[in-house]
Amino acid sequence: MITESTLDPAAAVYRKVIAAGEHWVHLVKAGQHFRILDLEGNQAADTLFYNAHEPEDRYAADVTIRRQGGLYLTTGTVLRSTGGTALLTIVADTCGRHDTLGGACSRESNTMRYALEKEPMHACRDIFLCGIHEWGHGLGKRDITNNINFFMNVPVTPEGKLTFADGISAPGRYVEMRAECDVIALISNCPQLNNPCNAYNPTPVEVFLWD
Amino acid sequence: MKILYEKTLTGGGMWSQTIGRGKVLRLTDLEGGANLSTLLYNAAEPIERYNMPDTLKGQHTFQLTAGHCLHSDMGRLFCSLIHDTAGWHDTVCGCTDAALVAEKYGTSTYQEARNDFYRNARENFLIELAKHGLGKRDIVPNLNLFSKVVADEAGKLSYVPGASPAGAVLELRFEMDTLVVLTACQHPLDPAMIYAPKPVQLSVYAAPPITPDDTCLHSCPENERAYQNTSDYYALRS
Repeated sequence: MITESTLDPAAAVYRKVIAAGEHWVHLVKAGQHFRILDLEGNQAADTLFYNAHEPEDRYAADVTIRRQGGLYLTTGTVLRSTGGTALLTIVADTCGRHDTLGGACSRESNTMRYALEKEPMHACRDIFLCGIHEWGHGLGKRDITNNINFFMNVPVTPEGKLTFADGISAPGRYVEMRAECDVIALISNCPQLNNPCNAYNPTPVEVFLWD
Repeated sequence: MKILYEKTLTGGGMWSQTIGRGKVLRLTDLEGGANLSTLLYNAAEPIERYNMPDTLKGQHTFQLTAGHCLHSDMGRLFCSLIHDTAGWHDTVCGCTDAALVAEKYGTSTYQEARNDFYRNARENFLIELAKHGLGKRDIVPNLNLFSKVVADEAGKLSYVPGASPAGAVLELRFEMDTLVVLTACQHPLDPAMIYAPKPVQLSVYAAPPITPDDTCLHSCPENERAYQNTSDYYALRS
């Protein structure tokens, strides 16, 4: 559901451009608004969230889907943890729908999906590991679970097929969330070149925080 | 074909064992309407685990049935679905937890109900995982075998009651030594407002040798490559 935000980027307490192929990890405090801006259009921002005080209580795609009874994330979606905690609520969305079934690419899954020889290509699950190592606190691969792909479109048909449609995002589209508790946000700005999730041209995204 | 192992998993029951590559786990929905919440781990290195997104996008599918394989997060295959009379298995809706059970069915404790007390899948998973040194960090979106959930054009989900008939059979042929974690609790979207989890029979037998025209491993190039990755893994280990 397309909804615009009333918040002004000039009033943001934090902003940063994340280049394609890079990670970003940051605390988002309860009550803050967190926006991801698709600067050039159709860029997949692979995102994970953790309860900052108990990282084992982390974003759960299945709990989120089941609690809202629907597959796609948009305005009104409550992003929930494995324990059922409301981590963030999507309060604005000018893209219209976001994916949480498609997961993140990895060097290992790239060999399965495309070709064994594509193993060396940079991939999100390696980037997530760099981000989780930067955060520290003993976190590692066990803490990398199935993520959100903001700005990505992976429709499911009633007959049970997964289709790979063109992206529906565009330059300047954004998604904005309100943190319901202190969360750690981890982004891998996807470097994938083998499918249309980044329109074959990985580009930067920008993040903003407001109090 | 000699049955090596057989057990009836009671409704609400849990089970976790390693099944070796080259063995088939035959699951039977004895009464119809069962749900088997399932997680899979590489028995040798359980940091490698079942991965729902790789399984679905690798095979361009939302529905799981015969001809599909279940993928690990390391580009390898845990198992192939070699036979299926239920026709559809879910892997996006997660599992029941204590809050859901209390909200839907009410409370029922051991003190009142003895061994019929209300169980939930998340707690059962944590109990079984603990016996292998695993815990909350190892729980990922699970499979719900024998449950059919469909999405409409807007992505709204509906559980389809009665999709799995009495006697429905699903067979998993293991391509890796796999720690299989099972709990027979109701599907979280099952609209029935009564706590009534159904039993599932487990039977294990040695798989016939894999032939060059194997339906699952050659159902798509993605499965072929994942099987190559799996073969490479064992070529290095053995």
